[in-house]
Amino acid sequence: MNRFDYVRPASVAEAVAAGSEPGSAFLGAGTNLLDLMKVGVARPGRVIDVTRLPGLDRIEWLPDGGVRIGAMVRNSDLAYDERFSRSFPAVAEALLSGASAQLRNAATVGGNLMQHTRCAYFHDLASACNRRVPGSGCDALEGENRLHAVLGWSEHCIATHPSDFCVPLVALDAVVEVEGPHGAREIAIDRLHALPGATPEQETALAPGELIVALRLPADAAAFSRNARYLKLRERTSYAFAVVSAAAMLEVEGGTILRARVALGGVAAKPWRAPEAEAALEGAAPTAQAFAKAAGLALAEAQPSGDNAFKIELARRIVARALTLASEGTPAAMPALPASPFSTKIGANHVA
Amino acid sequence: MSLSISLAINGQPLDVALDDPRVTLLDLLRERLFLTGTKKGCDRGQCGACTVLVDGRRINSCLALAASLDRAEITTIEGLAEGETLHPVQAAFIAHDGFQCGYCTPGQIMSAVGLILEGHAGDDPERVRELMSGNICRCAAYKGITEAVLEAQKAIADKSGAEQNRRDAA
Repeated sequence: MNRFDYVRPASVAEAVAAGSEPGSAFLGAGTNLLDLMKVGVARPGRVIDVTRLPGLDRIEWLPDGGVRIGAMVRNSDLAYDERFSRSFPAVAEALLSGASAQLRNAATVGGNLMQHTRCAYFHDLASACNRRVPGSGCDALEGENRLHAVLGWSEHCIATHPSDFCVPLVALDAVVEVEGPHGAREIAIDRLHALPGATPEQETALAPGELIVALRLPADAAAFSRNARYLKLRERTSYAFAVVSAAAMLEVEGGTILRARVALGGVAAKPWRAPEAEAALEGAAPTAQAFAKAAGLALAEAQPSGDNAFKIELARRIVARALTLASEGTPAAMPALPASPFSTKIGANHVA
Repeated sequence: MSLSISLAINGQPLDVALDDPRVTLLDLLRERLFLTGTKKGCDRGQCGACTVLVDGRRINSCLALAASLDRAEITTIEGLAEGETLHPVQAAFIAHDGFQCGYCTPGQIMSAVGLILEGHAGDDPERVRELMSGNICRCAAYKGITEAVLEAQKAIADKSGAEQNRRDAA
């Protein structure tokens, strides 16, 4: 790990001022940043510890029924917050399907949004990576790429965004509140993460010094609480990133889908909203045919970026499965294996 | 650059002068305070061997900067037993053969203590397995670990229930 100066600002304004200096990085729990610093992928000259900033660790319910989540709220505290998980069950399920209990106890909301890809070539200093060193090339293109992107990738970068949390957030039109050197602004979460294009090193819409202070979910996002699921296919039962994942939420009345939300994870450099799938579901009956059609539309533009054509069919199936389970109703209790497609019965052993 | 932090480690207040902000909580415990019960496995947050409690919550000490934990209360494996009396989780790991080589065991035990404090598993072995998935055991003692966690949880609940009854009777 490189040497750095450790700075603990007392206010958001101090943090933004310190973070605006070149070579600075904001430190939340450090579960991603320290990991990257240990292998030399991140080499900040100054680490700005924002974990003690006042007022950033609260879950606030807004008068209209929306919720404002401070950027330093820990993943587990949010997932187990009773009102939050009742209002936004797919978000809680996504949180609990991510990482391990230890990491969820530490990792912050802001840090989850700002985490980097787990592409092995991004993490390996001996490999070419346009995201890490612009213009150096992409060793993933001809490398081990079976878990790489099938949507929105470019010849410059085929990495995926690893967050589970962000998938239902993008489906629910979450908004990120940012403070920066030029004041406060809001960013729709769908515009926070960038597709690679020719500049994969530009991972987010944040400018230098800009700090995420909160995340907001609008009141109408809670309208899906009765029919909301997040499903995540992994290469092992637990504690793994998604091969593919999907958030599916429905508002159903009298046998008709009034509104639908669909987003995918593990398929692109950003959480992937599928508006065409949503539009096709709205007004339809919640049937297997409607779900299969929506799943097809969600992956209509998908292209393999390497040995990963199988992910396109898997993603179609996880979308259809998530929609099917959402239409059956949000489980009364969090499944024993959150987001697992193999967890068919609460309390059941999936291998039994 | 020197940073001074105050911690309580296994109940003992301690002021620590850090000459280097790069020190993780794991390296502070092992290399500077010689509390080597906490193990370094992967040092990347992937194996759970370094699990300790910070303010009563289990975390990976390898991915926490010590400087960031000023004023925290840390509990390590050395802080569990009371004299010669083992903590219920330690006793249950022995009773159920919850280990073979033992390297991951301090992390498994601290993780189990954290899991029981969190209270989300109930008596469901599937939930215990899921909530212990951040602790990898190379010897694959998982069956014994799951049994030990469930038994220790019950022992702790029975003990606190008995104490409550004594208080109610008094």
